[in-house]
Amino acid sequence: MEEMYRELILDHARHGRNWGLLMPNNFDHEEHNPLCGDRLRLTMRIDDAGIIREVGWDGEGCAISQAAASMLGEELVGKPYAEALKINKQHVLDMIGIPLTINRIKCALLSLKTLIVGSLDQRAWERVEDE
Amino acid sequence: MPHPTLPYDVEAVRNDFPILHQEHHPGTPLIYLDNAASSQKPRQVIEAMNEYYRTTHSNVHRGIHKLSESATLAYEGARKKIRSFINASNWREVIFTRGTTESINLVAQTWGRANLGPGDVVVSSVMEHHANIVPWQILAAERGFSIEYIPVTSDGQLDLEVYERLLTQRSVKLVSVVHCSNVLGTVNPIADMARQAHQHGALFLADGAQSVPHMPVDVQALDVDFFVFSGHKMAGPTGIGILYAKRAILESMPPYQGGGDMIAQVTLQGSTWNELPYKFEAGTPSIAEAIGLGAAVDYLGQLGMTTIHRHEQSIIQYALERLSEIPGITVYGPDACRKGAVAAFTLERIHAHDVAQLLDADGIAVRAGHHCAMPLHQHLGVTASARASFYLYSTPSEVDKLAEALYKTRRAFAL
Repeated sequence: MEEMYRELILDHARHGRNWGLLMPNNFDHEEHNPLCGDRLRLTMRIDDAGIIREVGWDGEGCAISQAAASMLGEELVGKPYAEALKINKQHVLDMIGIPLTINRIKCALLSLKTLIVGSLDQRAWERVEDE
Repeated sequence: MPHPTLPYDVEAVRNDFPILHQEHHPGTPLIYLDNAASSQKPRQVIEAMNEYYRTTHSNVHRGIHKLSESATLAYEGARKKIRSFINASNWREVIFTRGTTESINLVAQTWGRANLGPGDVVVSSVMEHHANIVPWQILAAERGFSIEYIPVTSDGQLDLEVYERLLTQRSVKLVSVVHCSNVLGTVNPIADMARQAHQHGALFLADGAQSVPHMPVDVQALDVDFFVFSGHKMAGPTGIGILYAKRAILESMPPYQGGGDMIAQVTLQGSTWNELPYKFEAGTPSIAEAIGLGAAVDYLGQLGMTTIHRHEQSIIQYALERLSEIPGITVYGPDACRKGAVAAFTLERIHAHDVAQLLDADGIAVRAGHHCAMPLHQHLGVTASARASFYLYSTPSEVDKLAEALYKTRRAFAL
């Protein structure tokens, strides 16, 4: 089971879905993981009905952070923006599917952090992270 | 005089403290009554730190390897224990520092530097430890605000009428006052004082160095904005202390020291700050000491702070009775029911240093001097006092030995 997840993570990390920034866009935010220097910039096009139509991202980082961005991006396309902001930490960890140590959890959550901080604020993100 | 009944088996507790079982001089057991300066450590704390260094040590927050993971978990685990111990609402409000002194300097240099200027007033008091006077004086010289001090009444209390007047008449931005005096033992009405400060738009800092080790403290119930204390006075190690502050205030404060771990991103043009609490924890922290403090909090929690407080109240009440018998003694501060377990005193015509020296010959460790509270001693009209301060392992028999040794001291001076 874990082997299957490992392959999925490697596939996402090597071939990031929705890779590349969208210009113009109506969401554009970048966050960093100060522990290891990972960087993630997320752009989105959200339509008037509040549905996320397109996602584009780029960044540098470890396989976990890049794969998580790719997986989360796939999930965001077609989702109401308001719903996207309710995605919790455990959901992303379940997508990754392999057990992560405390420092690596930060890597996995960088893309979700980018979405939440860029939409709401740092305090909102800390609530999600501390759940 | 009959010994008071104590709430727990103090001998069993003493067995946890290896240092208490050694001889102070050959044939003379140690009677340690300098707990307000620093408490002793139970083997649970010593072992937690040894175990960390033997099996877990690595740097925190950085590494991917298992040791770094374990060290990070232990370090952050300690923070969560401390959060619960003082009932902070969130772990991000608990900042590790080197101790009370650094905690106050941090507030002065960050919040103070950003918020205090000409025309502003910081209110402190005459009964403060130097750590809660000097940082404000240093900053006042630079920023041009003034400091007003709440006087101390003849029965060792803060003069709350003057306090009210200061709040009403001056532009007070911050009140920074000790929770429990390290000399008088006075326990100040912090919750009421903080409420008054807030009514006048001022923030409130309480110095809890002498309260957290001895009584239950709930920072939310006190509703203080900043609360500071040290590990080494509460059965924990030296080199570690806590700054608690309300989250919104911490978020608004500029960082303290710059360096590793406190940044989000660094470029040669500038930097952004890491999230709480790391914004205020630059550099490799005192990891073993934080873990030791976590173990100390576990230890105190097992006995229960209410129980520890009851024990110490019995001891100080008994001590004040025994000390009051001694001719020529003056004990400073309020009655036992209104004070912590500390008795600062002078003996007529014997200097405090001589008292401490003669007590030491009998194995009794007390502090002599101004106890880092020179303005208070000026107010008391003495240059120095001797101070016996008790803790959860103090016994009525130790009080008896102190009283006997003070009689002996008088005889040595032919009084």
